[in-house]
Amino acid sequence: MNREGIVDVKGLNHWFGSGEAKKQALFDVNLTLKRGSFTVLMGPSGSGKTTVLTLIGCLRAVQDGSVRLLGQELNGAAEAELVALRRRLGFIFQAHNLHESLTAAQNVMMGVQVHGGVADRVAEQAATHALGLVGLADRTTYLPANLSGGQKQRVAVARALVASPALVLADEPTAALDKDSAAEVVDLLKRMGEARGTTTMLVTHDNRILDRADRILTLEDGRIVGIEERG
Amino acid sequence: MSRLLQALFGRLPIGWLQLTHNRTRFAAALAGVAFANVLVFVQLGIMNSMGAATLRPYGFFQADIMISAGDANALADGGNVARQWLLQAMADPDVTDGMGLFIANVPWDRGEKDISLTTFGVDPAKPGFLVPEIAGDLKLLEVQDAVILDRLARGLAREEAAAIRPQSPLSFESQGRTLTAYATFAGGGGFGGDGYMLASDQTFLSLFPARRSAAPDHILLALRPGADVGLTVARLHKLISDPSLRIRSFSDAAQEDLRYQQTKRPTGIIFGFGVLIGVLVGLVIVYQVLSTDVADHLREYATFKAMGYGPRFFLGIVFEEALVLGIMGFVPGLMVGTTILTVMGKITTLPLAMTPSMAVSVFLGTILFSAVSGAIATRRLSAADPADLF
Repeated sequence: MNREGIVDVKGLNHWFGSGEAKKQALFDVNLTLKRGSFTVLMGPSGSGKTTVLTLIGCLRAVQDGSVRLLGQELNGAAEAELVALRRRLGFIFQAHNLHESLTAAQNVMMGVQVHGGVADRVAEQAATHALGLVGLADRTTYLPANLSGGQKQRVAVARALVASPALVLADEPTAALDKDSAAEVVDLLKRMGEARGTTTMLVTHDNRILDRADRILTLEDGRIVGIEERG
Repeated sequence: MSRLLQALFGRLPIGWLQLTHNRTRFAAALAGVAFANVLVFVQLGIMNSMGAATLRPYGFFQADIMISAGDANALADGGNVARQWLLQAMADPDVTDGMGLFIANVPWDRGEKDISLTTFGVDPAKPGFLVPEIAGDLKLLEVQDAVILDRLARGLAREEAAAIRPQSPLSFESQGRTLTAYATFAGGGGFGGDGYMLASDQTFLSLFPARRSAAPDHILLALRPGADVGLTVARLHKLISDPSLRIRSFSDAAQEDLRYQQTKRPTGIIFGFGVLIGVLVGLVIVYQVLSTDVADHLREYATFKAMGYGPRFFLGIVFEEALVLGIMGFVPGLMVGTTILTVMGKITTLPLAMTPSMAVSVFLGTILFSAVSGAIATRRLSAADPADLF
């Protein structure tokens, strides 16, 4: 069990469409994410990066091959099991996807309350603390409309990390950000991951991020074509 | 408010926050719900007042059984009944008394406006068939061309009616005769006339020479105290050999009249449809607001789905919104509805008013139909697919 990674993917194939239009997107993908690692998944657009991410993130049904997440096989898992597993993950999207009607703190609270049975005070304290860690302690009551792009993405990071997930999946979190904000967000992810022992997988084609990675996987046309270990 | 709801739900009141985020749209949605409520209130009010107006004349009389012609669906409707059946009915051991009742509308030229009084011809020697308020004045009708006037009739000034006493009567011309009102009673305008009037059967017959004393419109019967009305009605059916006659208890007659007005007469059907349309308008408005709101937040909902929120959470949000709209839209709807009904009641003298039972049933209906709208709107939630977020 301890030998097992947070994520073990073996012989993963995936298709989109059906009948004549059926197209294979992933070919025999194998990868392992070790506990506490910071992995970058690279590749041109259309190479299948996002498909890998959504399969690991329990957002798509596994069609062929094996994906083991936190010791549980996803191929053939019931929807309720997938939903329960998703609560142990942290997601960061290309767009911040914050709820416009909720304040920064309330958005982060959503990441706590999904676990249920958390008292409001506790959830609020956790949210305020998480916002403090991403440097937004003075913005807790702001609505997303009143935050800058970088600040919004930092709120999203706080929301993803507030419940101490085992695995953080980030899909091009820096795409919409300028150079400084991007570096800030990635550093934040890396730093908080190290502090909490969180495993992180980040999809990007942003070269600015690469030097922060422990390992870089390169995907091309649905196949893993390069594995580069660092640090 | 937000804190209160948060404590209530044990989670962030996302529905409330979402609705109130866009104040203009929220106000418009509430106005829409309130409008639907007002629509239902007004239609219901008119429908209820029609019922009350239909039942009102029955309230002037006291009787146990009423015999009417087969086509007499309403009090002032249909053919007449031969007086011989009154005598026949008196043969029943439980029937203690009987009276023929004549009904016709009497026009009264009030100068700028003619009013029409539904006039009852009664036997002035039988006060037992009238409610105590009227019975005391009944002997005044023994004088030829004497009447008792409805002091709440439309087109009759209140002070003018209040001055009517046996010592200061009011005389007026109608049907070529001079009628004199010696007393008044509380009736009110209805849908079939502007008010009511009581006269002796003799006065009635002189007003309507074509009518004959042998053929009143209805026959009222009084029973021995403690007699079983149902059994007596059954016995009378055997005793009276004309099968086309309607013989029923007086209260059944009133209820049948009411049902007839509500389900067979165009006015009842129209206002019934009005209520239905008000409900549908409300349903559509709430559905529209909720489904637009769901569509606007698909991305956020997909995000929440990705985070691990289940379907119950989203249903909760939509129902929360439905309840907020239903409850908050009801309050202005109730206020405007009450005002409109009060004003309309003043103008028409119809018994139009907001009743507690109306308010409660419309409130419950609003909540119910808001929830139904919410349930329909949640079907759009399935479009929120977290896999599309990446």
